[in-house]
Amino acid sequence: MQDTPFRPRDWDSHPPLIHPEYKSTVYRAPKKPLIPLKQTLTELTGPVYGHDSVDELDADLTKNARKTGEPIGERIIVTGRVLDENGRPVPHTLIEIWQSNAAGRYIHVADQHDAPVDHNFFGAGRCVTDGEGRYRFLTVKPGAYPWGNHPNAWRPAHIHLSLFGPTIATRLVTQLFFPGDPLLVQDPILMSVPAHARDRLVAKLDMAAGQTGFALGYAFDIVLRGRAETPMEA
Amino acid sequence: MVLKQTPSQTAGPFFHYALTPEQNGYPFRSIAHASLAPSPVAGERIRVSGQMIDGEGKPLGDALIEIWQADASGRYAHPADSRSSNAAFAGFGRTATNGDGRYVFETIKPGAIGDGQAPHVTLTIFARGAQNHLYTRIYFADEGDANARDPVLTSVPADRRDTLIARPVDGGYTFDIRVQGGDETVFFDV
Repeated sequence: MQDTPFRPRDWDSHPPLIHPEYKSTVYRAPKKPLIPLKQTLTELTGPVYGHDSVDELDADLTKNARKTGEPIGERIIVTGRVLDENGRPVPHTLIEIWQSNAAGRYIHVADQHDAPVDHNFFGAGRCVTDGEGRYRFLTVKPGAYPWGNHPNAWRPAHIHLSLFGPTIATRLVTQLFFPGDPLLVQDPILMSVPAHARDRLVAKLDMAAGQTGFALGYAFDIVLRGRAETPMEA
Repeated sequence: MVLKQTPSQTAGPFFHYALTPEQNGYPFRSIAHASLAPSPVAGERIRVSGQMIDGEGKPLGDALIEIWQADASGRYAHPADSRSSNAAFAGFGRTATNGDGRYVFETIKPGAIGDGQAPHVTLTIFARGAQNHLYTRIYFADEGDANARDPVLTSVPADRRDTLIARPVDGGYTFDIRVQGGDETVFFDV
């Protein structure tokens, strides 16, 4: 007896493999069509990362790399739920995040942007959703930074997120953006997403999710593929 | 269906310090490694290595590759595999390619699951410029009879099946990934 398969990747929700305005896609994506694969036990299983895979400070990026004091920047809480297409929570699933510091500089050795490194900020974190699919990170708001895609190109502030979900069929890597950022419409990476789906990548300011006198809150729900509800839909 | 899928976005070039920190020398604990097989695990130890090449023939020096596989007796370490018993082998690995686009996994050769599929390893690929992760599979050249009956492999046009087959080399297998081009690797819509 095998579990119910997952609904297909909804290509009307995802960016095309090749999007010439984002130059790196041009030679780094297949040109031949993907071959449909009927999900087998291989795709209906996947790595299991529970609460023991996460260290105590992993979800607090304002503390997990402190050396001499607090990181510089606007403190924010990013929180939400991981759900599936059927509206059901995805409990006990690992979320990994990474981001630049408040000045728009990654700790990564290959980041050559001439903005200050913050020695109290590393920019990576992870947490596991609770029984209702909820997650919560404390961090600082990342900065915009320039990149070489086109003349005077700047990426809007964003946080990278990586999720597993129940099996390898639900794997997702995505990015979270911030509301009201005028750089959003100039970003070929966000703009590669079908217009009707872009706002799913923009977090919402949520005063109730913040902490009075301490941090602003942003709400961001993530929807992973859900299981087909009847075998007919498989 | 009541909700719509969150769109995929590229992992970008700077994931290493978060996703493969120990491999790349960052002070953060890695949750997965290029070496999957701790010493008590049963099975034939193999090294699976190769190179990732783009449509211009250039190596992908900033890609992330993940593998998912069964243990030597064909069992997955997951609740959906009710036969699961080999807890010492988690079956998941993760590595960043080096500057030459090369990768190496130290693992064990998976067994057949028992549902008619030949032994195989799933690869999931992320990179700058990869807006959606790519799924592919590694099959093994020395499993010719099983490969000939494998329902996934035989669903692939015959002239492209070779792109999914790892070749034996000393100590394991080699499997190159051509993301685009004439001999483009087969990628699946899982």
